[in-house]
This record gives sequence, structure tokens and C-alpha cells, in this order.
Amino acid sequence: MTAPRPVYPHRHLLGIEGLSPHDIEALLALSEEQVEVSRQVEKKKATLRGRTQINLFFEPSTRTQSSFELAGKRLGADVMNMSVASSSVKKGETLIDTAMTLNAMRPDIIIVRHHAAGAVHLLARKVDCSVVNAGDGAHEHPTQALLDALTIRRNKGRIAGLLVAICGDILHSRVARSNIILLQALGARVRLIGPRTLLPPEAERLGVEVFTDMRQGLKGADIIIMLRLQRERMNGSFVPSVKEYFRYWGLDQEKLALAQPDALVMHPGPMNRGVEISSEVADGAQSLIREQVEMGVAVRMAVLEALASHLPNR
Amino acid sequence: MTATVLSNARLIDPASGREAPGAILIQDGLVADVAWGAQAEPPEGATVLDCGGHILAPGLVDMRAFVGEPGAEHRETLKTASEAAAAGGVTTLVCMPDTNPVIDDPAIVDFVRRRARDTAIVNICPAAALTKGLHGREMTEFGLLAEAGAIAFTDGARSVTNAQVMRRALAYARDFGALIIHHVEDPNLVGDGVMNEGEFASRLGLHGIPREAETVMLERDLRLVRLAGGRYHAAMVSCADSVEIVRRAKQGGLPVTCGVSINNLTLNENDIGDYRTFLKLSPPLRHEDDRQAVIAGLADGTIDVIVSDHNPQDVETKRLPFAEAADGALGIETVLAAGLRLVHGGQITLSRLLLALSTRPAEILGLAAGRLAPGAPADLIVFDPDEPYVLDKKDLRSRSKNSPFDEARLQGRVLLTMVGGRIVHDRSGA
Repeated sequence: MTAPRPVYPHRHLLGIEGLSPHDIEALLALSEEQVEVSRQVEKKKATLRGRTQINLFFEPSTRTQSSFELAGKRLGADVMNMSVASSSVKKGETLIDTAMTLNAMRPDIIIVRHHAAGAVHLLARKVDCSVVNAGDGAHEHPTQALLDALTIRRNKGRIAGLLVAICGDILHSRVARSNIILLQALGARVRLIGPRTLLPPEAERLGVEVFTDMRQGLKGADIIIMLRLQRERMNGSFVPSVKEYFRYWGLDQEKLALAQPDALVMHPGPMNRGVEISSEVADGAQSLIREQVEMGVAVRMAVLEALASHLPNR
Repeated sequence: MTATVLSNARLIDPASGREAPGAILIQDGLVADVAWGAQAEPPEGATVLDCGGHILAPGLVDMRAFVGEPGAEHRETLKTASEAAAAGGVTTLVCMPDTNPVIDDPAIVDFVRRRARDTAIVNICPAAALTKGLHGREMTEFGLLAEAGAIAFTDGARSVTNAQVMRRALAYARDFGALIIHHVEDPNLVGDGVMNEGEFASRLGLHGIPREAETVMLERDLRLVRLAGGRYHAAMVSCADSVEIVRRAKQGGLPVTCGVSINNLTLNENDIGDYRTFLKLSPPLRHEDDRQAVIAGLADGTIDVIVSDHNPQDVETKRLPFAEAADGALGIETVLAAGLRLVHGGQITLSRLLLALSTRPAEILGLAAGRLAPGAPADLIVFDPDEPYVLDKKDLRSRSKNSPFDEARLQGRVLLTMVGGRIVHDRSGA
């Protein structure tokens, strides 16, 4: 006598864009189950036994790739990691040729990260298997948004009505874009905070409030999501210096005090301590940063399982 | 602090356009009262200074002066620049960041402000570099520099050629409400040019600088301001086309401002004469038609501000063949007298001249100076607009002597200069 399992109706997970609130809820509900599995001594399931999962990473990534690898292995899949350094991309092969080559090996699921926005969608059109977007350029990173939502919901009990401030380098952030869509779909209010040089043009059109003054923007926030500032953007091209950036847009205890007293702090990692976030805050009582990592594996297991239910069985 | 009364004056307040006989009461460094028309009884114990019926106006605010400190103290120090300023009626000057080291770090802003506080007799506000090292590549710490006291951001005598850098600087400056002042002269179009491009340059055998070096950069900037927003001020325009470009932009509602050098208002390329290097300037002196156009632009308010573009140079940098000499001329000590040429010539009113020399620059910089009103700082000047004399560079207070007006006939002399209620220049007894 169990309730019917939630259904995710798509073959791929290419972005949060295009998912209905129901689809998102379904993936979050499945993720909750996987959290329990991951906390057991026996973490192995057989849902993906006999299936082949390829992690195709055109951009180096430690945490996302290992999270997907662990998720696939816990579900019993055979997982193969292909990173750009060892691939034929270095030898001049085009993205589509790579996709066709991999397709011929008959994988069941390909996890793709690529530095160009839209590259994962292009690849998905050329292969027969399911494709999961593990980050395409500054476009989307759907599993990160899902794990952020799961973390928020488990700590706050809800998402609707929360005020979420996303701070830092919004312009180059796929995490921000996926989060904006997901959080708004589930009824949260979203604010973007950053220097104008790191905000996408016409950001207000995304339905968010935009602040360049972090102190103003943090007022009343329930959740603060800090984004990573890439090193090459710190020295004058987008912001003049680390010192100035941290002074005005870095999250420290003093600025955190402007948010709700029970505000929680998140960061997709890897963090630049002393650039966008102080160690005191990152390691403090209001930080959910480590919990996000745990939720990452659960969400990816849920996504893989949801997609597996659509894979042909013959 | 005791009260001072400046009595028997012809008051001109360019901010309100008001002009009438009257007196001003000064207390605690501020204007306490402006008595228009009336000769109010001075309060008990006040020091009374009789202005002898001369003009009493707000002290001048010069948005563009190069000072050699730090790094070129042999040309000018903050002290000598301030003495020259006081003699010229300038009570606030903005010093450019083209120093050695460049003013691109909060510690250097702090240094300049402390040196000015300890040695200068007028207000000195440092402008910080717009890009690190004035290299035009990476923007400086606008937030921290502004906190340290930088009043504006500019690459001084240099232009930022990379439009992407300029766009981002404008956008970033908006977050701090910072003012960007830009020298509009495309260095690639300037090339080897050393004076205005045209017949006269051809006759002298000198390479010319086309007006387009200025208009191309100015047009670009205005488009970037439209895109990125920000507080933008074109440091100096020199030609007719530029005036028209700014006029159209302002008519279109773009919130930009611009300045003009006193040199481009009062001199033209013919003054270069026999290769006089003191008239080698950036922007260069232009054709007489351009000069007339910038005067018209000043008269109708298209041009907001007159700057001295004070740029002390020594013998080593000026006693050279024209093309090899450094750019720049002294100006801070003669800016008012030179400007009065336009008033005496009937081309602009005295009130308009003072508006462009005090009220408008103060407004653009966000200073309380530039007006005769209770509460304003007692930065005031008394001057006789008619006193004639021939300028002798030996009389200049500046440490350098490269004045374009050496041996020129000028009319108009500053008799008294007061900064924060303190007299810093006084030749009323002379």
C-alpha cells in the first residue's frame, strides 16, 4: 500500500526551463528517497544494472563528475568517465562527431558538461540515449538547482514564499540561471545581487529584483546563494580587485546580519574563501554548504532513476 | 571664530543669476548671510573688509589641473599649485592622477589629501585613475578610492581606447555613483600629429591632429553612456563638431556634461606662430571657426565647464623643437583674466563665465561651493574685471613658467581670495 511513485515524463534533463512545477516536485520527491538510500550501510540499488552511463566532461570538474559517478554506481550502472584531456576532442574532432562516436557504443545515459551554452542540447539531438546536462556554458546546470531546492526545502520546510538572494557573478553563472527558473516556478521570490558588470543585461526581465548594493539586497533574505568569482575576472576586467570585491560583495558576518536572523547560506562550490565568502560564514552555523554536497548525490540518483524508467527495455 | 564681513561689494551669484550691490557675512568658515542690496550693520566685533565696489563672487572650481606631486615636484608641488590657484581666484582644484606613482591606489589618494591639507592654501581634490597605471586596461577600485577621497575617475591626459573597458568602467562606476571624466582624443588618430590638422599645419610642416580624433571618441563615449549609464563628463571639447555632438546628446536627454579648456576659448592655431611650444596642447588649438563654435557652446550652456588645464612644464620639456616638446600650458593663475576677454569682447556675460568657472563644476563634482548662499563654504573672490596689465611670467607663482599668455595684455585681476573664510591671497592693498 504505497502511494504511486511520482513520474518524470521526459527523456532528457537538459535544463530547468521547460519543466513544469509538477516535474520538479517529482524529481525532488524521488530525491528524498535517495537521501535515505545514501544514508544506509547498503547503498547499492539495482535500478540501472546492466546500463551504461558515460560522463562526458569537456570542462574539468571534480565535484559534479564524482557526484554523478557515485550516483550511477549506487544505482548499479557501469560508469565510464571521459574527460577532455583524454578525448579525441583535443585532436580536433567536432562535438557532433564525438556524440556520434559515443552513440555507436550504445550507452544508455550520457552526462555532459560543456563550456558552450547550448552544446548539450545540440548533442542530445544527435544521440539515441538519455542526456543529462551537467552544465552548459553560462546557460543551465539543472541538477545543481534541484539539489539547492532540495536542501532549502529540507531545512525550511517549503520553497514557496521564501526570499532567495543569489549573489555574485550572475553574468557567467549557469547555476544562477537554473536556480532563478526553478525557485520562481516553486513560488520563491528571487533577488540578484552583484556589481553591474556581473549582472546580465535586462536581468529584471527574468522576473527578479536586481540590486547592486548588497546591503540593500540582503534585507529580509531567507536564503543566500553565493556564487563563485572566477580568478580571471577579479583583476580589473569585471571588478577591480579581490579586496574591493570582498568589501562590497563578499558575504561576511556583518552583511549576513542584514538578512533574516534564521537566513541560511549556500554555495555551489568550489568556494573562494575571502573573495565571495568569509571562512567564518562558510563554516558557520547558518551554512548549508556541506549538506548541498550530500544532496547532490541524492538528486543525481533520482534523475538517473527517473530517466531510466523511460529507457527501452528490449 | 570671529565673524568677517565683506562689504561694499558688487555681488554676483552665478547659481541664481543674481547680481547687485551688497555684503556677505562669514562665520566659522561658511557664508552666514548674504545681504543683497542692503548695507547691513555688521555684527558686534566683526572684522569688516571693504571690497571697494569690486565684484564679489564664489571662488573658482577648476576641474582639471596637473600637479607634479608626487613624482615631478620640480615642475609643481601641491603648495605652489595652490598658491598659483589662490592668485588666480581658484579656491578648489581637482588634480589629475598623472603623477608618479599614479593615483590609482587608496593609499596615494590619502597621501595627496594629507599633503594638500598640510601644504596647500586652497582646496585640492584628487581625481583617481580610471584604469590601473593609466594603462587603459583594468579598472581601478572605484569604491575604495572614493572612500579614500577621490572625487572623480579619469585617466587624465590619456584616453581609454578599448571600448569594452570603458563600457564596464561606466557600468561599474554607476554602482558607486562615481563620476567619470574622460579625455576624448583617440591616440591612434592623433598619431604623429602635434597641432590642428589643416592649412596652418601644412604650412609649418607639422603633422596635424584631425578633429575626428576628438569627435570619434566623443561619439563612442556617448553611445556607451547610453548603453551603460553612469555619470560621464567629457573633459574638454575643442571643435565645432564636438559642440554639435554634445548639443544633440543633451537635447536627446542624455545626462552628460562637458568642459572646455580656457586655451581653446581664447587662442587659436595661429597663435602658435613661430613654433611656440607653450602653445603645444592636447587637445590642440584649433581653427578660429572652432574657437567661435566653442564660445557659442559655452554661451548656450552646451559646454558646462571651463577648465584651466593647468599643466606645468619645465625648460627641459618645452625648449625643444615643436614636435618634440611636451604638451601643456600653465593656466590656473590666468584662467579668470583670460576668460574675461570673452566678457570684454561681448561674447558671453560675466555671470555665464562665472557659472562655468564655479557653479557648474561644483555641481558636477557634488561640492557645496560655487554659490553665494547661507551655508555655502566661504570660498570667495573679490576681483576687478577691468584692471589692465601685461603678464610677466616672472610674477607667476607656479614653479613652472610655460604660460601661453606671457607678455600678453590681460584685463582683470583677483584682489582677494578666501578659502573657508581664511584669506589666502590679498592684493587689495597693493
